[in-house]
Amino acid sequence: MLGGFRIRTGIRPRFYIGAFLTAIAACLLLAFAPSAAAAGTAIVGTLKGPDGAALTNVSLTAAAEGFTETVSTGADGAFRIEVPKGGKYQLSVDEGTLPAGITFSKPADQSRSILVLMGDKKVLFTFASGTDGGSATASSFTWARISQLLVDGLFFGILIALGAVGLNLIFGTTGLTNFSHGELLTLGAFTAIVLNELGLNLIIAAPIAVVISAILWGWGQNKILWKPLRRRKTGLIASMVVTIGLAITIRYTLLLFFGGSPRSYQQFAGQSGLEFGPVSITPKSIVFAVLAAIAITATVIWLQRSRIGKATRAVSDNPALASATGIDVERVISVVWILGAGLAAFAGIYLGSTQDTTWNMGQRLLLVMFAAVTLGGLGTIYGAIVGALVVGMFVQLSTLFIPTEMKTVGALFLMIIILLVRPQGILGRRERVG
Amino acid sequence: MDFSFVLGQSITQALGVTAIIYCLAAMGLNLQFGYTGLLNFGQVAFAAIGAYSIGVIVISFGASLWAAIPIGLVASVALALVLGIPTLRLRADYLAIVTIATSEIIRLMVRSIALRDTFGGANGINGKMGQAFHDLNPFHADIDLPFLTWTRQDLWVVTVGWSLIAIFTLATWLLVRSPWGRVVKGIREDENAVVSLGKNAYVYKMQALILGGLLGTVGGIVWAVAKQSVQPDNFVPDVTFFSYTILLLGGAARVFGPIVGAIIFWFLLVFVGEFLNQMIAAGWITFLLPTDIGPIRFILVGLGLMGLMIFRPQGMFGDKRELALDAR
Repeated sequence: MLGGFRIRTGIRPRFYIGAFLTAIAACLLLAFAPSAAAAGTAIVGTLKGPDGAALTNVSLTAAAEGFTETVSTGADGAFRIEVPKGGKYQLSVDEGTLPAGITFSKPADQSRSILVLMGDKKVLFTFASGTDGGSATASSFTWARISQLLVDGLFFGILIALGAVGLNLIFGTTGLTNFSHGELLTLGAFTAIVLNELGLNLIIAAPIAVVISAILWGWGQNKILWKPLRRRKTGLIASMVVTIGLAITIRYTLLLFFGGSPRSYQQFAGQSGLEFGPVSITPKSIVFAVLAAIAITATVIWLQRSRIGKATRAVSDNPALASATGIDVERVISVVWILGAGLAAFAGIYLGSTQDTTWNMGQRLLLVMFAAVTLGGLGTIYGAIVGALVVGMFVQLSTLFIPTEMKTVGALFLMIIILLVRPQGILGRRERVG
Repeated sequence: MDFSFVLGQSITQALGVTAIIYCLAAMGLNLQFGYTGLLNFGQVAFAAIGAYSIGVIVISFGASLWAAIPIGLVASVALALVLGIPTLRLRADYLAIVTIATSEIIRLMVRSIALRDTFGGANGINGKMGQAFHDLNPFHADIDLPFLTWTRQDLWVVTVGWSLIAIFTLATWLLVRSPWGRVVKGIREDENAVVSLGKNAYVYKMQALILGGLLGTVGGIVWAVAKQSVQPDNFVPDVTFFSYTILLLGGAARVFGPIVGAIIFWFLLVFVGEFLNQMIAAGWITFLLPTDIGPIRFILVGLGLMGLMIFRPQGMFGDKRELALDAR
């Protein structure tokens, strides 16, 4: 939750407003620990020069449709612009008020558009010391920060696990690497958005959306697309290309009908965080994470104990042999698609509720899910869960060392390194690698 | 409504710089996917390497364009090795996942604030990086035919671009009917059979990955030289999938597939876009906004990619017997 920007003098002055804006975005998305809505929404920050000295009396303007507000930084360089509601704001710095000798490294930095989500607060800005580079992380290794990141990582890992379990179940039973699995998350989130905007409270809309998604986007997709393709004996490579085409189609259809601006659910949008010692968590995150953990545990127990669960594992192991012993393979695959789409829809609503709902939210998570699945072992359920938790923690903790904007890069590097040393993943079996 | 404008735009674009860039990327995919059966979902990474090599070396480091091009090609080979070493021994989907992941790693790194001094962050690199090439321009006037309008610079890029494509197409043709071509086609159909004949499939696959990647890099170099600007968000994974659509449209594992595909693809895409634009402007379509055209074009690409792969993987003019993609 740290970030900052500095203004530097000298031959190549630069102005790290980019880092600062990224930090705002990251803080709003990740921390999301607002206080009660009554205290209002605000853009908050501090301007500091290259030597760390506060820049006083610099005037900043935030503008949006029907709203303009100009403030000046105080004696400590801090500024605070109260805004009426979340949305897009153009934040510009009046160059004339900057102290002599300080300019922008890029003229474009003078005015930037930023997205403020509902109820911000607690966006804390401290500043990078020493190291050059203008990264959005100010590495301060406080225990408070590490424990917050661990908790964030655990929650993020559970979220990834919801998607990764479905991805792995579908891969295990059909051999299909589904590049449109991210879109199952997005479709689930948008199903809930539609129900929510029709007037249903999210508490009611969410379970209904999960069921609708499981049937419509899971069972229906398998029935209309994948079952006929299996009957045609379409190869797996061709099928993977089809998943790409499907992903593009779904994504841009959602963009066409719902537009590009992020949406949020009408309930629980601006929740304040509960303090657990140094860690702040919103109640909705706790509820979602607990429910997600229950859903994942239930899936595991179902696979181990129930008849159809055992049949699923048999099909994953050897479809031909399973079929020969009288297991209805197509039925198992149908069930797996229903389950996978349901879990993915849940993950989508979770993501949409704690962050925001956009047309490409699932796509942005797809590669992280693949990293989790590859890490744990393609086709193994426990692997998906372990991999997801490891990747979730890794992504969050890596922001201690690398800029927040690059945290996905870290997870993807981790995946490639795992492939080099242990291609079957942590819990995978060697023969699966092929 | 100005129908001749729509047609003119479509023809100009179908033969223009963008079609050339995508054609080169699709030619690379043809070697990798069409002939060898490698599922490279990160072709855009090779294009990005090419474009950014030019941008960084010419603008950020101030070196010559003629030094930047070979460096870009070497970087491309290095990328192919990095991608291939961990994945080519594994099943096809690992290569697909790692290549798409790498293309995103590269895009996120070049657009990061931390590396902004070198790569220009989200704004990319802008400047006369192709000047050395444009100085050689023998054309003295713009071209303005009824259905074809290019500036003098575009005309020079287009001439060189299509000449390069002709040379590479000839090379591809010679390559795939050589013993090397028979081996890689064998790998596509049944890798175990090829291995049992004593061929090192890994080495052949690596060679195909490198050669296909180089073609993508040439596409990226053309991009930087022609547009004199490289931006990270030009290199999203969708570029790769547009190239796949082009390849399948023209026919995978066919020498002329990428050329035919690129021309048809860009003609159709621009035609649909401009046609809808004119219809909306004329008030004939009221239920769409001009901003809806972008998503509609993407939806058409997505549906086209699915439909082609399912119903005509051999392309519009291909022969299905030629291409039987292995299930591995």
